[in-house]
Order: sequence, then structure tokens, then C-alpha cells
Amino acid sequence: MSEETPVWKALNLAMDAEMSDDDSVFTLGEDVGLYGGSYRVTQDLYARYGEWRVRDTPISEGSFTGLAVGAAMVGMRPVVEIMTVNFALLALDAIINMAAKIPFMSGGQFPMPLVVRMPGGVAKQLAAQHSQRLEHTLMNVPGLRIAVPATPQDAWWQLRQAIRSDEPIVFLEHELLYFSKGTLDTKLPPPPMHRATVRRPGNDLTIISYSHMAKLSLKAAERLSAEGMDIEVIDLRSLRPIDWDSCAASVEKTHHLLVVEEDCGFAGAGAEIVATLTERCFHFLDAPAQRLAGLDMPTPYNGTLETASIPTTASIADAARQMLLPGEIS
Amino acid sequence: MKRDTLLSMLHDMLLARAFEERAAQEYTKGNIAGFLHLYPGEEAVAVGVLHGAEPNDYIVSTYREHVHALVRGVPAEKVMAELFGRRDGCSGGMGGSMHLFDHERRFMGGYGIVGETYPVAIGIGYSIAMQELPEAVICFFGDGAVNQGTFHESLNMAALWKLPVLFVCENNRYQIGTEIHRHSAVTEVYKRACGYRIPSEKVNGMDVLAVHQATLSALQRIREGTGPQFLEVETYRFRGHSMSDPGSYRPNVEVQAFKDEDPVTVVLEESIPNYPTESQLDALGRDNIAHLTGHMRREGYLEMEDVAHMKDEIARLVDSAVNFALNSPEPDMQDAWQALNCNRGQEVVI
Ligand SMILES: Cc1ncc(C[n+]2csc(CCOP(=O)(O)OP(=O)(O)O)c2C)c(N)n1
Ligand SMILES: [Mg+2]
Repeated sequence: MSEETPVWKALNLAMDAEMSDDDSVFTLGEDVGLYGGSYRVTQDLYARYGEWRVRDTPISEGSFTGLAVGAAMVGMRPVVEIMTVNFALLALDAIINMAAKIPFMSGGQFPMPLVVRMPGGVAKQLAAQHSQRLEHTLMNVPGLRIAVPATPQDAWWQLRQAIRSDEPIVFLEHELLYFSKGTLDTKLPPPPMHRATVRRPGNDLTIISYSHMAKLSLKAAERLSAEGMDIEVIDLRSLRPIDWDSCAASVEKTHHLLVVEEDCGFAGAGAEIVATLTERCFHFLDAPAQRLAGLDMPTPYNGTLETASIPTTASIADAARQMLLPGEIS
Repeated sequence: MKRDTLLSMLHDMLLARAFEERAAQEYTKGNIAGFLHLYPGEEAVAVGVLHGAEPNDYIVSTYREHVHALVRGVPAEKVMAELFGRRDGCSGGMGGSMHLFDHERRFMGGYGIVGETYPVAIGIGYSIAMQELPEAVICFFGDGAVNQGTFHESLNMAALWKLPVLFVCENNRYQIGTEIHRHSAVTEVYKRACGYRIPSEKVNGMDVLAVHQATLSALQRIREGTGPQFLEVETYRFRGHSMSDPGSYRPNVEVQAFKDEDPVTVVLEESIPNYPTESQLDALGRDNIAHLTGHMRREGYLEMEDVAHMKDEIARLVDSAVNFALNSPEPDMQDAWQALNCNRGQEVVI
């Protein structure tokens, strides 16, 4: 199959494929059943697999995520849908204290085949409590893996891999990407779940990004190519672990590194990426590595301020220009 | 009950309905964005409860809180300006529909994360009890919110320490798309409070007088030092969960973000349900405004012309709230940093 598929549909197909292949896969969350999920990811699954495998839950994030941990310990493969990443803050005990630690604390006796899916990011004026990006919170937790698919193809591959994995995986989906379309070829063999991918090859500067910002970075790179700048765009696809070899190979080629992230810059993903690549590629860099990130502020409701609080295609292009043509632009 | 009290309740219910209908229109025009949770059908809860509160009492509410703010006395223009994201909004344009705050009126916020109102309320209650003040806290939440852990944790502490909190469950029987029998093992919410030995009562939320009466008695018991009280108010929302829920859950982010990219959004926009007509509401026999006007007419307090007159006046008020919002400037980045660092005082950091 090769057609224009939206991300939500790719996720939906991945869920369906795994549920039909393996009876131990089940999903639970608020409105995942009768309603088919807030973003349609579980559409039609309730009718197909019944209420034990597609469970509508009360608003009890801490305990239904904990329930999934318990089920995973005894061989089930739960896929939790937390309605948005913001509500995952109520489930952090289950994710961080339980899922990430039980395999280790038990001396390796228990598998943790758990996937916790959650939409997040800045969407459209949802205000401070509904616009968060929590990668910084989760990246610092040994024992967790974090997948951040940006395309339908990656959504398909990575969700299937995540469900099959015996490690706990947080699956961060961006609210603005669900309806973005791309090619989905379900027959293609998948790369490893954490492998970064070069979305656009280039020689002058490396932009490393992920999720929605990877898409904007690609747009910015295309704009800059009209101005004669040849930008390489890397989509990380995974935030834990990070595919450092792919990143370093690119930086060693272009000698310039710009990291673009939607999350607040302070102590965020970009800080980790810049620090590690600076340690590793310092002698290859022609200029200090830079970060372009969300402002260190909760997201304002006002639309103009909201837009100004995170990177845009234009601000990404500006940041890259600034690095390649210092002094030439104001 | 006195005619003046009834008239002022009727006024607030009509204002609530008109304000929310107008907010829906302004959302469709693009003047309001984000999640917009409206209150038509539930007016008797906010009006009945808050007409029983004293100016020194505190209110803690959810994301469906425009009407709580209005009834509490936050000017309609300030609420509308906040929905528009403007600088003169009651939260300076930073919070929007789900996060209305008014320090002066002790309106302690609209909270977007389900289950947050309880701990905030018992915290305020703790401070009142510690200082032995004659005040109370009114804590609103939905039927879906009683399955959050904070509900149980907070009710226990409130009862244990006899905190002056009135818990008000607005039971509209839905947690977005999940009906109460599919989200709760015990659907008579008031019974849950009994587990913590908190006096609780089920009230008909279509009858503003019943809500008001139950509130007055509960608040009186609180002021006598009995400790927390609990009301389950049975109500009904006529609209979808939010403007982006046309009956099947469809978050507004989809509609807004993919308008250009996906034809499905056109279908979503078209399917936003029309507000029910008056005759449809009458046929439902459920409208709390009709209930109150009926009562007042039987008592001889009111002619239909009076209602028409009141509605005209309210329409003008809502118009001027919209004009105020339209003419208010947008906040700038400086305002945003100021809001973030408002508690820093003179300390210079970096
Ligand atoms: C912790 C948390 N989980 C999920 C949500 C998403 N959500 C918003 S409102 C809502 C339903 C709440 O239902 P109820 O408490 O009955 O209030 P109502 O909207 O009916 O007034 C849900 C699930 C949320 N805001 N917070
Ligand atoms: Mg409800």
C-alpha cells in the first residue's frame, strides 16, 4: 500500500494490526472506545475487539496507567492513551516510579511491554495547562524509551515496534500532526525504532529536530535553499535513546549545528543534544552550536503571544542564516 | 422568597444563557479560540449556589466557568475580553476561557486539569480554619471528576480537619462522551461523600430555588463549624462538551489546525449543532429558565413583558461586552513576562 495517509490513520492501522496479531495487546484511556479516541487513533477498534480490549476509563490517569503496569508485568501488552500529555503529569508515578524501575529493581525478572501514547505540543490557543511539551521531564528517566514520530510512515512503524518491545515506551504524538498526510507503505521493512533519519541532505549546516518542529525545519531548509544555503535536516524520531552516530556524522560534514525544539529551552532536549554533540564533535564545529527553542514561559492564551512563544518556519530560517552569514543580517 | 431575589436570579440566568450563546457565535467568527466549554442548561447550578455565597467566600471552578464568574460579579466585559485573549480580560489575556481569575471577587480560578479544584479548595479552607474566619470555600467539579484520586484524598482531609468547604458536583451525566454509568461504579455521586462522613444531598439542578435553598442550609452548617458539606446537583448540558465536540468528540485543534489541509474539517464545522429552539427546550421540559419564569408568573411576580424587557437589557449588556473586548488591546510580550515574574519583587536575577 502506498497512498496519502494522515498520521492518525497510520496509528489506527498500526493499532489494528497489532491487536489482530496478538491477543495480549489491549488499549485503554478516556473515550478510546465508543467515541473512537479524541484524535481517532482507536476508531472502530471497540466494535472489532470489544470492551475488554478497548476500555473506556474514568478520569483516573494515575491508576489506569498503573493498571497497565501491573498487566504488563504478567504478560499483557497494554497501550495506554492519555488524552493529552498534560494529564500524564498525573500518571508520572506509574510511568517513572513503576514502569521505568520495576524491571531494574526486580533484578531483571519482569518485562515491561507497556506503551503510553499521548498527544501534546502547542496546538491552537489551548492555554498554559493544555499546551505543554514534557520531553524534558521524561528524557531524564533511565529505563524509559521515548518515540517521537513525525510522519505517517514513522507513526506506523514505530507504534508497531513499540507494542512489540518489552521495554516501557512513551509515545509522544503532536496534536498538529494528526491530520498531516504522507506516504504510508506498510510493506517497507522498518529501521530500528530509535534510528534518526536525514529528511533532507545538505552540506552547509545541520538542523536537528523532531516531531512538528522537524516538519517546520524542513520547510525552512527549503526556503534557504532558494537563497543558496544547503541545509541538512535530521529528524531524531527517538529522544531516548538518541541516535548519536547519525547526528555526529552530519555535524562532522556540515560543521554547523542548530537544534530546533518546541519545548522550553532551559534544561530541555536541545541542551542535551548540544552538550553531547559539542563533547563529541567540538573540533569539527566552525561556530558554536545553537539552540532555537520555546520561550521559558508557560504558553499564553493570546494567539499572537502563543505564536511568538515557539519557533516558526521564519524564525528557524533566521537562526540558520544568522549562523551561516553572521553580521550580514540584522 | 422575596421578589427581588428571584428577579436577580432570573436576570443572572438570562445573562448566563445570552452570554454563552454569544460566546459560541464569537467563536464561530474566530474571535475566540482554543477550547470553549459552554454552560447552557446548567445555569440554575451556578446561580442557585452563588446567590447563597457571601462576598467573603471563595470560589474555585473548572474550565466550564464563565457563568460562575459572571454570577460572582466579574463584569461581563472582563470575561468576554478574556475569551478574546485581550489585555483587559480578567486574566490579562494569558488564561483564556478555561482560566478566569478575579482576585478581588475571590474567584480563585478556572482549572483545566480535571480534579484540581479540590486540593485548591481545601487549601483555602485550611487557611480559613487556621485563622478561625467566618468564611467558606465553594468548590465546583463535574461528575467525571469524582474518579480522580484528588477527590478522595481531598474529601478525606476536608472531613478529618473539618474544613469549611462546600463541594458542589455539577452532575450533567457525561464525561465528554462517556456516560456516567460507563465511568462510575456508584452513579449517585452524593453517596460517595458519605464514605468520608460528609453530610451530602442530591438536588434537582433544574430548579434554581431548590439549589439555592440547599446551598443556604449547607453554608449555614459550615459557618456553624460542622465542617465540609456536599451537594450533588443533577443537571444537563444542551450543547456538546465544548465547541469542538459536535456530538462525537472532535477537539478543536483538529478543526483549527487542519482546516486548510483536510476536507474533513469542513464536515466537522458543519456538524456543530444548532442551539435548541425555545420550543424544543420546552418540549424537553428541562429548561431551568422556563422553570423559574413559570414559578414567578404563578406567584404573580412577573409578566411576560418583564422578561422581554430584561432580555433586551441583557442583549445590550452582552453587545457592549463584545465591543469592549473588540476594542481592548492585545497583551504584549512584556505583559507576559510581567505575569510570569509578578512575584519576584525587586530581586534582580542574572
Ligand atoms: C486530568 C485530566 N484528564 C482528562 C482531561 C480531559 N477532559 C477535559 S473535561 C473532561 C470531562 C470532564 O467531565 P466532568 O467532570 O463530568 O465535567 P463536565 O465537562 O461534564 O462539566 C475530560 C476527560 C482533563 N482536562 N484533565
Ligand atoms: Mg459531566
